Amino acid sequence: MAETLLSVEGIHAAYGDARALHGVSLTLSRGETLALIGANGAGKSTLLKAICGLVSPIEGRILFKGQDVTRHRANDIVKLGIALVPEGRRLFPSLSVEENLVLGAKVRRPGPWTLERVYAIFPVLKERRFLRATSMSGGQQQMCAIGRALMSNPELILFDELSLGLAPFVIKDIYELLPRLVEGGVSAILVEQDVTRALASAARFLCLQEGRVSLEGEPRAHSRNEITRAYFGT
Amino acid sequence: MIWINAVMQGVLVGGLYALFAAGLSLIFGVMRLVNIAHGDFIVAASYLAWTIVHATGLHPLASLILVAPIAAGVGYALQRGVLNHTLGDDILPPLLVTFGLSVIVQNGLLQIFTADTRKLDAGALETGSFEILPGVAIGYLPLLMFVTAIVVIAGLQFLFYATGLGRAFRATSDDREIAMLMGLDNRKVYASAMALSFTVVAVAGVFLAIRSNFDPFMGPGRLIFGFEAVIIGGLGNLWGTLVGGVILGVAQGVGAEINPGWQLLAGHLAFLLVLAVKPRGLFPRML
Repeated sequence: MAETLLSVEGIHAAYGDARALHGVSLTLSRGETLALIGANGAGKSTLLKAICGLVSPIEGRILFKGQDVTRHRANDIVKLGIALVPEGRRLFPSLSVEENLVLGAKVRRPGPWTLERVYAIFPVLKERRFLRATSMSGGQQQMCAIGRALMSNPELILFDELSLGLAPFVIKDIYELLPRLVEGGVSAILVEQDVTRALASAARFLCLQEGRVSLEGEPRAHSRNEITRAYFGT
Repeated sequence: MIWINAVMQGVLVGGLYALFAAGLSLIFGVMRLVNIAHGDFIVAASYLAWTIVHATGLHPLASLILVAPIAAGVGYALQRGVLNHTLGDDILPPLLVTFGLSVIVQNGLLQIFTADTRKLDAGALETGSFEILPGVAIGYLPLLMFVTAIVVIAGLQFLFYATGLGRAFRATSDDREIAMLMGLDNRKVYASAMALSFTVVAVAGVFLAIRSNFDPFMGPGRLIFGFEAVIIGGLGNLWGTLVGGVILGVAQGVGAEINPGWQLLAGHLAFLLVLAVKPRGLFPRML
């Protein structure tokens, strides 16, 4: 049985008085890709933020490689090997493409990802390395955001809305690259509005509805109707 | 020739205003913090220099060897111990806390040093000058202040755009959350920025103490000059800050030439004019 890399145990999270997560649990094995699906406001992004330390859970705990990271700050969690590709890319606008990528490597974790390797997989970034990162197209910015996350050589990479706002051909290219991005035992959690694509890319899925787990398992073990009900709550 | 001289002296004094303003600009650029106590910290640095000069006999400029690192240490500790706890979505807490610090610094200086005015004596540097045109003389001290302002701003610019620390400043300024995901501890980044700002404060404080008399309550006046230079130049733009300082200095110089009572008024009017025409300043944020 594969080693458990991440274990989320009954976490609750809130923004002020608004509760976003109600006792969500999940486990992720090393090398596994999990699709996290759910309607807008279901708590997907909050769950990712809790895992990487940007949101502090009010209850429950998060274990990464057996270590309790529930109260760790985001800048310490990234050193343990978790990286986030955030929704909307969120590149640093005052930094060039290359500076964004170099900053991703600041934690200096050992691993296969170097600037050269990122440029090899996304050649357009090398061509535009001296440009301001946010001056590029949406697809190129997404490549830069992915490259920046990979530069930290993570063991777990969290993709938040990979395809949001991108042209269909760009989405296709990025999803074709996905297996190469997570090769070598890297685990991934994929938050995606495009459910069909997400389920096709992951071995397991977890569906959230209003901050609670409504369905989980292997995509082929559940009918389309079951998943639709879990997604919309109808 | 009188007007050329007035403009020239205004340009040179603009260097001092740029030094007052550079630390403010830097802090605003990195963490969106408006430090109401900035002027008081400049005056506190003047008193620190005065104390060191009287204790050691060092030349006032040489006292910077001690004043600058002490100021940087104080700035780092202040940010880590106090100001980091005030930063968040609400801009009011840092304003209130730095206002409180301003009151504390002024009264602390009054308690320790009394209300007597003091000054640092830099010898011939203060009075020496050379003539560039008949009737237009440039003093060594104002020239040194202006050159120092250029060097300080060029140094800060280099640090921001050519070093890892500068990259960390810019990234944290752009997006604090994502910068943390790059492994940057925003608390340390902010403290480093404040240490840097206080180093510039130390330089400004020493020049202030050499150029004029100072007392515990002149900080708010320096803050206003600094604010005006920052806002004229454009918030968060360091070279803009130098231009803002020069515009302020020239306006004051020309105003004083028209009528000595109009010196400060002319500076404020120039500030209002820029604010009315370009509310974001002449060169908006580049940091």
